[in-house]
Amino acid sequence: MEQTASMSTQIWTTVGIFLTFCLFSFLYKDNPFYKFAEHLVVGVSVGYWAILLYYTNLRQNLLDHLFQPGTWTPKFDELYYIIPALLGIAMWTRFSKKYSWISRYPLALFLGISSGIAIPVTMKNNVLSQLRGTVVGLGFDWSTSGFLGVPQGFWDVVVVVGTISSLIYFFFSKEHKGAWGGAAKLGIYTLMIGFGATFGYTVMARISLLIGRIQAIQDWWKLLG
Amino acid sequence: MTLHDRLLALDRRWVFGVLAVFVIIPVFLKFSVPITPVKEVREIYDFVEGLRPGDHILLSLDYDPGSMPELHPVAYAMLEQCFVKKLKVITLTLSTTGAQMVEEAIKDVADSCRIYHGFTPQRGIDYVFLGYKPYPGLIILGMGMNFRIPFPQDYYGTILDSIPMMRGIKNYDNVKGVINLSAGNVSDYWVADGNARYGVKLALAMTGVMAADYYPYYQSKQIFGIIGGMKGAAEYETLCKNPGKATDAMRAQVFAHVVIIIFIIIGNVAYFVGRRKNAPTQESR
Repeated sequence: MEQTASMSTQIWTTVGIFLTFCLFSFLYKDNPFYKFAEHLVVGVSVGYWAILLYYTNLRQNLLDHLFQPGTWTPKFDELYYIIPALLGIAMWTRFSKKYSWISRYPLALFLGISSGIAIPVTMKNNVLSQLRGTVVGLGFDWSTSGFLGVPQGFWDVVVVVGTISSLIYFFFSKEHKGAWGGAAKLGIYTLMIGFGATFGYTVMARISLLIGRIQAIQDWWKLLG
Repeated sequence: MTLHDRLLALDRRWVFGVLAVFVIIPVFLKFSVPITPVKEVREIYDFVEGLRPGDHILLSLDYDPGSMPELHPVAYAMLEQCFVKKLKVITLTLSTTGAQMVEEAIKDVADSCRIYHGFTPQRGIDYVFLGYKPYPGLIILGMGMNFRIPFPQDYYGTILDSIPMMRGIKNYDNVKGVINLSAGNVSDYWVADGNARYGVKLALAMTGVMAADYYPYYQSKQIFGIIGGMKGAAEYETLCKNPGKATDAMRAQVFAHVVIIIFIIIGNVAYFVGRRKNAPTQESR
């Protein structure tokens, strides 16, 4: 379907493409166009974030509970919202040398709650579930075909051996010699394969960003045409 | 100056230039490269396909404009798949600059549904956009109790209880699954606070940089699928039979990867030749 872009879309898209070229110009060398675009990004981001935070968080989650929506007329049925408001204000006392101690109370509360939430979840998520997934959860199924047509059981053994050898590499209380040293070396190779996979994905990601901008330029050209 | 010295002294701008040429040309050429969806991408597609009309699904689109090339194609393909399947889609963003992008994606997909499928998904009936809230961990935990705690209203200021498709939808127990499209550590919060705390059925789509780090969660079945980077996006588009920008970009990816592999080989050859040349000889010892 043929669509005609408005003048506003054309102008703003052109500005976007101009800024893309400004930022890419850094690949040649540092220059005022790059600096301009960089500062613009920082300034716009901060302004955007501040406004968004007010409308989507401060207003909806606090002010609308304390005042009639859209007015400054107080509401008295949810007065307990004053407590988080006061705790939030107390955080700002960090800017005063004399009263900065007040900010420790909301901070302590925040840290306590965060730790209480995070510690059990992290234990379950990153330790217990991973342990189960690495050893108990593996089926060692030799009848099912896995990666490259090799039985899945073989790859399960690779996971177990790779995990244990990588852990041995980080165990420094025993000298890496003999069989122990061999296991540590296997651990290094396992880690290297992991780093290689990450590097490969990272290359793809960076190229994707470049392709994204080229596609944007292509779209812009069509828009003008 | 030998070839080896020249290679080591090569101005890196030549590398940028060659790479740019090999990325730009394929974008403008028309040919296709084979795309074979992998198991972890297919599992997400099969999950969505397996849902019944009227089922609720939550799409958390937690990325910023910088990651659009990798994640926007997934969002487009998945939203269209959900709308065509008549699922009720709850969308939100936990990324500061995500709100406008999500709005744009929904609008574009709604247009696409109108043109290609003969219906327009209706806000409040077929989908809801809850908007953006900061502090992802707290928001994910809050939604586990009740969507109305972090999101008393949707992005447009409509009270959640007055939205038809949100009636009777309290928390994660009422949605069939969560698919998180992320370009940062929001995925960690979804795995920890969504899956570990509330047992949410979770799948992740993420940028290529992140993908390798999250495979352990797939292997331990904490998540049921991964869409990694632009390649994953292209695979998802292929499964949905909805080729878009990611599929288009695979041509340039192939060329760029070949160029980078050649550069890596040249760099390594130059390094090893240099090492052999500079190795101390018997006499110098």
